[in-house]
Amino acid sequence: MSQEKTIKTTTNVDSLRSEIRDKSVRVIDVRREDDYKQSHIPTAVNLPLANLLSDDSPERVLKLVNSMGIDDETPVVVYDDTFGALASRVAWTLEYLGHSEVSLLETTFSTWKSLGLENDNQVPNVQSKEHSLHLRPDILATSDYLERSKDNSDVILIDNRERLNYLEQHIPGAINLPYRTLSTPDKILRPKDDMKRLLENRRISGDSEIITYCGSVGTLSGLAYYALKSVGLPNVKLYVRSFKEWKGLEKPIVKQQDAHYWDLSAE
Amino acid sequence: MTVTDLKQSYSDSATPKINWARIEEAENFANTVKLFRQGKYDEDSFRRYRLQHGAYGTRMTNDYAMVRIKLPAGEIYPNQIERISQLSEQFSIGSAHFSTRENIQLHWVILEDVSEILRGLAEVGLTSREACGNSVRNVMCSPLSGVCPDEEFDSTPYALATARFFLRNPMSQNLPRKFKFNFTCCEKHGMVRMVDVGLIPQTRELDGSIQKGFKIFLGGGLGNRSFVGHQLEEFTPEEDLLYTSIAVLRIFDRLGDRKNMARNRMRYLVNDMGWDKFQNLVLKERAIVRATQSVVTNLEVDHTPSVIKRPIKISDESGNPNPDGYTRWLKTNTLKQKQSLYHSVFITLEAGDITSNQLFELATIIREFSSEGHARAGFVQNIALRYVHEDDLPRLYSKLLTVGLAKSGALTMAAPIGCSGTTSCNLALTNSHRLAKEIQRKFLELKLDQDDDLRDSSIKISGCPNSCGQHGIATIGFFGGGGRVGKEMFPNYQMSLGGRSDGETMLGVTCHRIPAKRVIPVILKIIELFKQNKKSDDTLKDWIHRIVNGKEDSEIKSVLDMRKALDSLTIPPTKEDDPDFYNDFGSDSSYHTKTGKGECAA
Repeated sequence: MSQEKTIKTTTNVDSLRSEIRDKSVRVIDVRREDDYKQSHIPTAVNLPLANLLSDDSPERVLKLVNSMGIDDETPVVVYDDTFGALASRVAWTLEYLGHSEVSLLETTFSTWKSLGLENDNQVPNVQSKEHSLHLRPDILATSDYLERSKDNSDVILIDNRERLNYLEQHIPGAINLPYRTLSTPDKILRPKDDMKRLLENRRISGDSEIITYCGSVGTLSGLAYYALKSVGLPNVKLYVRSFKEWKGLEKPIVKQQDAHYWDLSAE
Repeated sequence: MTVTDLKQSYSDSATPKINWARIEEAENFANTVKLFRQGKYDEDSFRRYRLQHGAYGTRMTNDYAMVRIKLPAGEIYPNQIERISQLSEQFSIGSAHFSTRENIQLHWVILEDVSEILRGLAEVGLTSREACGNSVRNVMCSPLSGVCPDEEFDSTPYALATARFFLRNPMSQNLPRKFKFNFTCCEKHGMVRMVDVGLIPQTRELDGSIQKGFKIFLGGGLGNRSFVGHQLEEFTPEEDLLYTSIAVLRIFDRLGDRKNMARNRMRYLVNDMGWDKFQNLVLKERAIVRATQSVVTNLEVDHTPSVIKRPIKISDESGNPNPDGYTRWLKTNTLKQKQSLYHSVFITLEAGDITSNQLFELATIIREFSSEGHARAGFVQNIALRYVHEDDLPRLYSKLLTVGLAKSGALTMAAPIGCSGTTSCNLALTNSHRLAKEIQRKFLELKLDQDDDLRDSSIKISGCPNSCGQHGIATIGFFGGGGRVGKEMFPNYQMSLGGRSDGETMLGVTCHRIPAKRVIPVILKIIELFKQNKKSDDTLKDWIHRIVNGKEDSEIKSVLDMRKALDSLTIPPTKEDDPDFYNDFGSDSSYHTKTGKGECAA
């Protein structure tokens, strides 16, 4: 076998339950504090996404990670109740910090509960730990980087917003892979073979560099980041500031012209 | 109670009886797209292949397709609706569209994703095969077949059998042009004279026993030129149904015009040849078909009666939050069935559009309320839920209300048809789709759905002359085009009056050209004139019928009088006075016509 590493992107329900029993995992619940307080997966700590985003500089994230009792060796599983998008953004942030042992719970908290699995409202006592800082610029795309590389024939730029938003405006050269395409009704990511077929149909394969983006903070495209990793694509970057920043910087935008597609929507 | 418990209470709900799909077609499609992208498949062959698999082109782009999902006889089951909900969210625009021919369309699908949709459909027994292209298109059946008080018998099993016989049948893979069958329940609810083959069930007594058969109409159709169909013979016994269908198809296949794409529907052949000659040919061909089939070919008509079982009530919420709304809805959206205690409930959608979420909720609603366990697509971009017990109607209304599917006026003039227009169609000149929505909103705001005088009238809008919006059979019909003042263009509609598709089928009579932004005022003006001139038990439809036939004796005696009465509303203002007049609905920039290549005749 070559260097292809089997990367674990999701953790299944049964594994997580046994890891919790073994006390060998740190579970992060990224929902709002109120929801967390009502009930959560046993032993989970709370890191609401909004809290992380209020300042996601590496220095601050490092402090947050330390306070959640995570060191370089601690396996981390992240979950949300938003089809995995919020959890993905948090997981990616940990990866960016240099933490490699992070994966997403394969399902949402609602599904977890509907399966009748254990949950409680106890806030665990967490011993602070020391995590190192080894930033991973190779998984981050900035607007400058994107602008320089997007016309490169070996770069695939993926817009993960919904179809109508994409038609209305997107970054030139981007292809559209709406985040809903990535999941199934009960799993945040399609099974590997399914995902592979879908992506290959769209000619997303091989060693191309792939950059994902979405509307504003890199959640939907964070999920796509993990979707692409789940089939072993080696070189994926998240444009974490996404379309909001791109537009704010008045960089070029394209639109599908001469059609009133919005009027087909029943919203 | 957990979710699984809830699901079990309707675990015996109906599941699809017929699998229309072949899973391998999904994979073939994916591979063919790859070959096409690699330049190994020429443009024309690819287009034919794509259309045969139900993927239609999209306005001004080669990157997207519209996938047209066939619902033979209009039938659709809850698990299929759930799947379409999911597919529309994943691969389309988060909404799906119910067409006028009992198809569901997913628009703005990336060509490379079409195969994923085909796969998803195949898993629930649905197909888009032969939904476009020169094939036998979806076989329609009245949404009231089986429950209509006026029908002789239920034609649904015959529609399904016909669909099964022709789907993937070699004889219908390369016709001169598309070919359409419509089955109905009775004269009133039919569309049988506006289609290649239209069929009304009827019976006759023969040697003391009742014989089933059909009244068959041939050579009708709406389009750039529309024609009314002709009745083949007094009575066609059911044994002859398939032979007749094959005979007609064979004649069309042999004699249809394969050169002139614009005039090659069968109705042109019938018109050019003359009905008598065509009729003769069909009868002779049928005799040959009957005599030369090497084995007895029969339609596999499944007469197993459907299971009618009132779903167990799973919740006690009976509360009716809106008694006025309920009365209005009950009056304008429901019909009593021939089965006592049961009603058919119609859901009207704005121009046929429904969100993924609504579809998802609808599946549950069908399971909870329809005693036959499935739904039917209707003829006017709508959905029918049948076998709803009368005691369950208030609860059903509340349910529909919470998901935004309780709009009133489904069975009235307040439910106009609008084709897809410039929202997705290459041929469109105007945004007919949005106009239909605007009219519906205005009608409901003015509560015109409750007006009995307007109930049996209709409004239908096409975005070009090709009639996908069926304007020719509307009481008030419109088709789009461009108008001009000096150098400025504005969206414009040709209005016709008095079209109908019932026993007295006729095409609307051209009346006037109406600027898009004046369509609503003109409709309201016509209603006002009607109210001033109507006889005591007149409906708008009757009144207009008399006008177009020169039989009206009040102020508006003719179409010309109507034209004059509307003249003042049609005069374009200057662009300075009213810039909005020059924009189409849904657009804030100046109107200009722009079209691509159509694919109906590909």
